[in-house]
Amino acid sequence: MATSMTSELSSQPVTTGLAMEVENLSFRYGSDQRGRAWTLERVSFGVRTGEVLGIVGPNGSGKSSLLKLLAGLLQPRCGDIRLGGQSIGRLDPRAIARSVAVVPQDSAQVFPFTVAETVLMGRFPHRRAAWWSMGIGDETEQDLVCAQRAMAETDVMSLADRLMSDLSGGERQRVVIARALAQEPAMLLLDEPMAFLDINHQIELCTLISRLKAERQLTVVLVSHDLNVASQVCDRMLMLKDGQLCRMGPPEDTITPDVLRMIYGCEVVVDAHPQTGRPRVTMPVGPVRK
Amino acid sequence: MANGQATPTPLSAASSPAAPSIGAAASSDMRGQWQRTGALLTSRRWGLILSGLLIASLGMVTLCSRFGAASVPLGDMFQALMHALTTGEWDQASIGTSGVILLQVRLPRVLMGFLVGGSLAAVGVTLQALLRNPLADPYVLGVSSGAALGAAVTMLLGIGTTMALLPVLPLCGFAGGLLTLVVIYRLAQSQGRLPIHSLVLAGVILNAILTALIMFITSIMEPNRSAGLMAWLMGSLIAPGYPALAVLAGYAVFVLAIVMQKAQMLNVLTLGEETARSLGIDTERVKKQLFVLTALLTGAVVSVSGMIGFVGMVVPHAVRLVIGSDHRLLLPASVLVGGMFLVVADTIARTLFAPAEMPVGIVTALIGGPFFLYLLLWRKDRML
Repeated sequence: MATSMTSELSSQPVTTGLAMEVENLSFRYGSDQRGRAWTLERVSFGVRTGEVLGIVGPNGSGKSSLLKLLAGLLQPRCGDIRLGGQSIGRLDPRAIARSVAVVPQDSAQVFPFTVAETVLMGRFPHRRAAWWSMGIGDETEQDLVCAQRAMAETDVMSLADRLMSDLSGGERQRVVIARALAQEPAMLLLDEPMAFLDINHQIELCTLISRLKAERQLTVVLVSHDLNVASQVCDRMLMLKDGQLCRMGPPEDTITPDVLRMIYGCEVVVDAHPQTGRPRVTMPVGPVRK
Repeated sequence: MANGQATPTPLSAASSPAAPSIGAAASSDMRGQWQRTGALLTSRRWGLILSGLLIASLGMVTLCSRFGAASVPLGDMFQALMHALTTGEWDQASIGTSGVILLQVRLPRVLMGFLVGGSLAAVGVTLQALLRNPLADPYVLGVSSGAALGAAVTMLLGIGTTMALLPVLPLCGFAGGLLTLVVIYRLAQSQGRLPIHSLVLAGVILNAILTALIMFITSIMEPNRSAGLMAWLMGSLIAPGYPALAVLAGYAVFVLAIVMQKAQMLNVLTLGEETARSLGIDTERVKKQLFVLTALLTGAVVSVSGMIGFVGMVVPHAVRLVIGSDHRLLLPASVLVGGMFLVVADTIARTLFAPAEMPVGIVTALIGGPFFLYLLLWRKDRML
């Protein structure tokens, strides 16, 4: 049902099993002044189709910048990001938006839009309005069906006529995810999705991510501060330090005391989650600095 | 677009859990439900609200043409109008004194008020969406000050309104407005992008400088000419000739038609620049286009009516509170409400101390200011 990337960008053969390829990617903010540190330096990896990839690392390690680069919101200084075999810089922004949806960290809204209106904005990249339509009546049957499905999946149907400004943080987050799903993307990028959620909503969101992965074969890339949440929900982890890729692999290989000491520079206790067996990180008795 | 009004099938929708696959038939029922709740703009609601406002606008224009220093009875009004329309004669001999007052003085003025008010509201809506700031209006960016300065310089040099060719003043208004816009854009732009906050800040500062320059020009002018300039600066509508009216209408229609095409884009832009770009909008390009268009319309409006404040800020805000934020409806509705607002304000300005008149800008400030304060004090939740 979801528009697959192959149909969207059919001209090139898709490299086997990779939704996105990042090759030798370097990026820094600001103009070409010398002496400014690289935000990201020579990062190469692939995002496998249908996986949940977690990007973790200390503050300022370039996690959010990497996510924005993957979304095509920032332009790489060097290197290349390929979406379905095509360089992302050469794609039309609307074509990218039909394949990649972003859930930003801050989704504060200034104007009183309703939930249904907000979700339908996710259909924007699919719209083709005739010039004489004067911008009215652009919702097609398909737009409404997609919005409906997205709202049902994120369980925000009952909020349809509420104003975004009246929602709680967790509800708003679900609506923003519904908007992203209405784009019918092949890839979903989430920036700190758990940041403002309490444990109840965190569980809901993790369940939702797993369900989307299973039902829509959605590829998910998420940036998270919370190693434990990432460990639970991600198939693979990508660990950044000072803009460089340090380690990449399943949580069992990456969330270890040695790796975490290298990346965060502190001692932590890692044991196994009693139900899933995934690594679980806690502080040692009396936090110890290295 | 059919919206399933004919067959209301009440489902226990709100609580129904997410069905993994929703068929088209089932979905149309449920869609009807979440549309009927007012969650979404439907073609029907769009048509109803706009036709209602259109009728109200026509009524308001007619009604306000009646009032003035000399009152014209409604019957005479229609008679004179019909005569002028059918025969094409509208001199004093054929339609009488009251007919001349109506058709050559009052009606053009009321129509001008409607155009100016509607244009200011449209510019306000557009800038608010672009700046993601419900308080923005042409004055925040300093575009109207720039246009006013352009016009004031023209007046100082003595080539102003007295030139045989009318568009001298409006053209200098455009030039001033656009120049301000370019300067502001240069000031606020960094790293090839246009951050919204630095734009607003640049607008505020530039506004202060431009106002000082206008004040300077006023102070070095001859006293009786500077009084005229001051009155114009405070915002006043004069009865224009029909050609001038047509020129302004042309600009308004041109700009509105293009902005209306982008109504959906304005909706998405309010979500923030990054989100808008992730939804496939070339935000930098759209912003530039819309800023130029709004500057053009602001320049045209300021050159004919001076600095009329608060219409661009208060009208869209009030309309948004009542009909929602979807720009497909908000934009045309604000244009009509803005037009009516200014027509009423101008009627008050004309009649309150008749035969003396006060600048309509004073009236809009006295109506708009308290409303703005009300919003600020009691509706903080909806402000920011």
